[in-house]
Amino acid sequence: MTTEPSIVLRLSGITKRFGPLVANDAISFDLQRGEVIALLGENGAGKTTLMNILFGHYVADGGSVEAFGNQLPPGDPRAALDAGIGMVHQHFTLADNMTVLENISLGTQSLWRPRLDRAAARRRIGQLAADFGLAVEPDATVASLSVGERQRVEILKALYRDARILILDEPTAVLTPAETDALFRTLKLLVAKGLSIIFISHKLNEVMAVSDRVLVLRSGRLSGERLTRDTERKELAALMVGQEVKPAEVAAVEPGAELLVLDNVSTARRNGAALDRVSLSLRAGEITGLAGVSGNGQAALAALISGTERPTAGTIVIGGAPMGEWSPRTALGHGVARIPEDRHAVGTIGDMSVTENVIAERYRSERFSRMGFLDWKAARRFAEKIIADYDVKCPSPEARIRLLSGGNMQKLILGRALDPEPAVILASQPTRGLDVGAVSYVHRMLLAARQRGAAVLLISEDLEEIMALSDRIVVMSKGRLSAPSARGERTIRELGELMAGHGDERGDHAA
Amino acid sequence: MDALEILFTASFWVAAVRIASPLIFATMGELICERAGVLNLGIEGIMTAGAFAGWFTVYAGGDLWTGVLVAALAGAMFGLLHATLTVPLGLSQHVVGIGITLLATSLTYFTYRLALPEVTSPPKIEAFQPLPIPGLSKIPVLGEALFTQTPLTYLAFLTVAVVAWVLYRAPVGLAVRAAGENPSAVEAQGISVTAIRIGAVMAGSALMAVGGAFLTMSAFNSFFFEMINGRGWICIALVVFGSWRPGKALIGAILFAAFDAYQVRLQQLSGGIVPYQVFLMMPYALSILALILVARRATYPKALMIPYQKGER
Amino acid sequence: MRLEPKPAPSLAVTLIYPVAAIAATLVFTSLLVLVAGASPLSVFYLVAKGAAGSQFALLETLTRATPLIFTGLAVAVAFRAKLWNIGAEAQLYIGGVVTVVLGTGALPLAAPVLIPVIMIAAMAAGAALLLGPAFLKTRFGVDEVVTTLLLNFIVLLFVSMLLEGVLKDPMGLGWPQSQKVIAEAQLPRIIQGKRLHYGFVIAIVSAIVVWVIMKKTALGYEMRAVGNNPEGARFVGIPVNKVLMKTAVLSGGLAALAGFSEVSGLKGNLTLDLSPGYGYSGIVVAMLAMLNPVGVIASAIFVAGIFVGADSMSRVAKVPSYIADVMVATSLLTMVVAILLTRFRVRWR
Repeated sequence: MTTEPSIVLRLSGITKRFGPLVANDAISFDLQRGEVIALLGENGAGKTTLMNILFGHYVADGGSVEAFGNQLPPGDPRAALDAGIGMVHQHFTLADNMTVLENISLGTQSLWRPRLDRAAARRRIGQLAADFGLAVEPDATVASLSVGERQRVEILKALYRDARILILDEPTAVLTPAETDALFRTLKLLVAKGLSIIFISHKLNEVMAVSDRVLVLRSGRLSGERLTRDTERKELAALMVGQEVKPAEVAAVEPGAELLVLDNVSTARRNGAALDRVSLSLRAGEITGLAGVSGNGQAALAALISGTERPTAGTIVIGGAPMGEWSPRTALGHGVARIPEDRHAVGTIGDMSVTENVIAERYRSERFSRMGFLDWKAARRFAEKIIADYDVKCPSPEARIRLLSGGNMQKLILGRALDPEPAVILASQPTRGLDVGAVSYVHRMLLAARQRGAAVLLISEDLEEIMALSDRIVVMSKGRLSAPSARGERTIRELGELMAGHGDERGDHAA
Repeated sequence: MDALEILFTASFWVAAVRIASPLIFATMGELICERAGVLNLGIEGIMTAGAFAGWFTVYAGGDLWTGVLVAALAGAMFGLLHATLTVPLGLSQHVVGIGITLLATSLTYFTYRLALPEVTSPPKIEAFQPLPIPGLSKIPVLGEALFTQTPLTYLAFLTVAVVAWVLYRAPVGLAVRAAGENPSAVEAQGISVTAIRIGAVMAGSALMAVGGAFLTMSAFNSFFFEMINGRGWICIALVVFGSWRPGKALIGAILFAAFDAYQVRLQQLSGGIVPYQVFLMMPYALSILALILVARRATYPKALMIPYQKGER
Repeated sequence: MRLEPKPAPSLAVTLIYPVAAIAATLVFTSLLVLVAGASPLSVFYLVAKGAAGSQFALLETLTRATPLIFTGLAVAVAFRAKLWNIGAEAQLYIGGVVTVVLGTGALPLAAPVLIPVIMIAAMAAGAALLLGPAFLKTRFGVDEVVTTLLLNFIVLLFVSMLLEGVLKDPMGLGWPQSQKVIAEAQLPRIIQGKRLHYGFVIAIVSAIVVWVIMKKTALGYEMRAVGNNPEGARFVGIPVNKVLMKTAVLSGGLAALAGFSEVSGLKGNLTLDLSPGYGYSGIVVAMLAMLNPVGVIASAIFVAGIFVGADSMSRVAKVPSYIADVMVATSLLTMVVAILLTRFRVRWR
């Protein structure tokens, strides 16, 4: 390593607008050889947009990118690759139907060669794997790989192209703590060999662990820059959210009756993990937090409680009555409110109006329909009420919901779900991708529901959120649920071990 | 001759391979498009246009292979139109496909009427003649079936081999398959998904058109209205039936053609007791049946019919 | 280049792109007319005159529009729920078969009873025909585009079989045609001595009924939701598969009415050329109307006018009447682009 750092990458004045939204506002920084920069920011702060510009997926409205002293042409991923920039995306960019070798060598040989030179590719992959401790089977189909292995393939893809600068976008979101540690070791090795790294994250502990320097992004702007050794979590958190973070005020509530009970429930294996004999009870006046690494069955649990998935074994009991038939309608009919993980694909019907979306869960009720005809006046009144009560900013109830911002969309979904004062509330990743204001709004709403005696299940990958809001915490790993722990009973480390599946629980006792 | 004996005659298998040939071209064409993530419902119209373009070139004095080339070019042009609308603009592949079929068909009929305003019975051309391969064609049944065909049939088989090779061995084919599975994998490696998809649809459409041209240049020797007669739609079923694999699709096409040849012979055997329409329905019914049979275990290219925008994941 | 959603477009913007689409279509067909050695202006004039230049022409256009309104509605309804019914042609023929089976004396009923009975039976048959593909789609995931397309061929052969078999008119001089329906099963003409019949009125009423269903009822709401975002619809408790089945019933029934109306109102009997592709043209009609049921009336009349006008034009000018099919197909493609541009902005970088 050189002692005198030289600049490998320079971003100057990058600006990007999406309609009225300024995703990146005049962002400039330098990356030095052998340095790990952490790009810290909340969801929606503009990190991913910035990296997409750097990599040529998007074209900036202003500013320029320079790699090793040469300016990169905008909107050309190939130029970024050729300049030695490699990117490991948050969602893997691998074709599942092809082998590791095919994925890695895609685009590295002339498209018009009559035949892919597999032997050369295999040699090189073997060499790189040995050099960096990234063991993978080159002829394995990507579909058969674990998440950790896929990430290794992504890193190999970049190294195969002689990347000198590696960008990792939220690389730990899908990893267990042990896999995360392995990734960090790999990163150290890369830096030792002279690569430079941009590490994108919203997790403070990781940023503190891997980086030399931290750049904080807030609402599209660079809000701060610190040397990691000179700063601490609290300061970074403040820079990230723009104010001193204080934990939400949680008033004491005496838990009441069991409103929803899952008794040894399993689900069918589709895409992702299935539930394996899960037992859980949600009590009135209590928020149960469900932590876990993404892809361990949280989606299956959410689908189950939402009614879109039926149990293959075990029973769902609501208000003491076991459910025979189970569908979104029965769930809604029994007072289960659902806030889905994906606002766009599931929670709303994009090209329909705000009014039409707001009545979606109850359009067949007497309030909104008579003999199969819908009462649009009543629907509109209801939409106006939700817009007012939940402080939704939208041009009119007739506007297509697609045009609303994420936060306002979420407020509408909250309004739709919470207005009937449901007994049970399922909130699946309710704050993902929202700005700080919207996040605290969602938190207040969930706490208010708890206050009036609702049973809340909060599913989140954000451990800090879980710990701040939950009266009880359960951890999901490989489709199984840990025993619950009361607020403050387990440390982050203990929860992390449970998340990795190294817990003591075998989980046959009712949670 | 009884119903079973037919299966062991060389003439039956010669007919089956001949009937399979246009289907092989068009199925390979559709397969390429779908492997890249684009459903091409323009197939029926593109085959019509190809049938006419090839035939008309020869009718106007061009040589046979020029005719094949012109047909392929015409197909590629309709493919370009299809791809422009469905790939960068991301329009519904269903609606655009049907639109291309309507447009290609009506343009063909318009041109035909314009070129030959008065004719009542369609004129014939000197078409491709059977070209027995010395030696191989002497092998009983199998050799006769495969090696006493016209050059276009040999080209059909060659096409399958080339398509299979390219999709699984050549870098460009890997890019096509990746574009149909996870386009962001292609974009992330610096290859334009749009270019790959447009190219695949153009190449696929060219093959469809050659499939159509087979009918006018190697089977019926003239062009008439509605001559494609649903063959394009059958090819779409064959792609599904073949699990998007060239080899399997080839087997599907030959099985299908054998069945078709068989029903024609059965029809003659049945002596008119069963209405002939029942036999004619069978290929279509068989296609539906094949779709139902494989539907459950079909593994579609994951990005089939999903438009892609740059930077999207 | 990228597409970005536009905020709610103004009326002017909503109209300008479709107008541009029609203009582009005219430009393209003008080129073909030039190739054919005629003057575009005079050809378009002749088409317009043939379509609407006289009372006869106008009535002919409306007569031709009648089946197109039905098939256009069938497609509009189905496409709204993203049920890709390309089988309106087959459903139309089945409607014609039912009309002939019940309308040639099998049911000794008076017209006010017989006609509704036939209509309902025809709709049921058309519905049943589309329920098959809809079932295969929801149960096995078989693409309904291919199955409905293939069914078109099967049904046409089936009709051919009937017309050469049980339904063959013994007095038909060997032609594959059915007997004429009895007087009680005939829809009366709107103006005595002219071809325009009450099928046109039924078509208009159907369009209004469909509009009410789509706009005002829970079913219409469900259909729109399912078409827009099936996963989202399922999440809020809309029974997606059931809605698709209901959509199939409505769509298939409407297409069958086209066959009923053609046989009962216009032709009197069933032949193999009952429809010159009304089922396929219905797709264009529906798209030109942007799937709006009332708009279907206008676009059906427009498309019918092009066909009628082109027929009469080609008798005078040396331009093949297939120019009409080219125009219609081109307008479909230009229109889908226009609809896109009203909703999205194309950014080149």
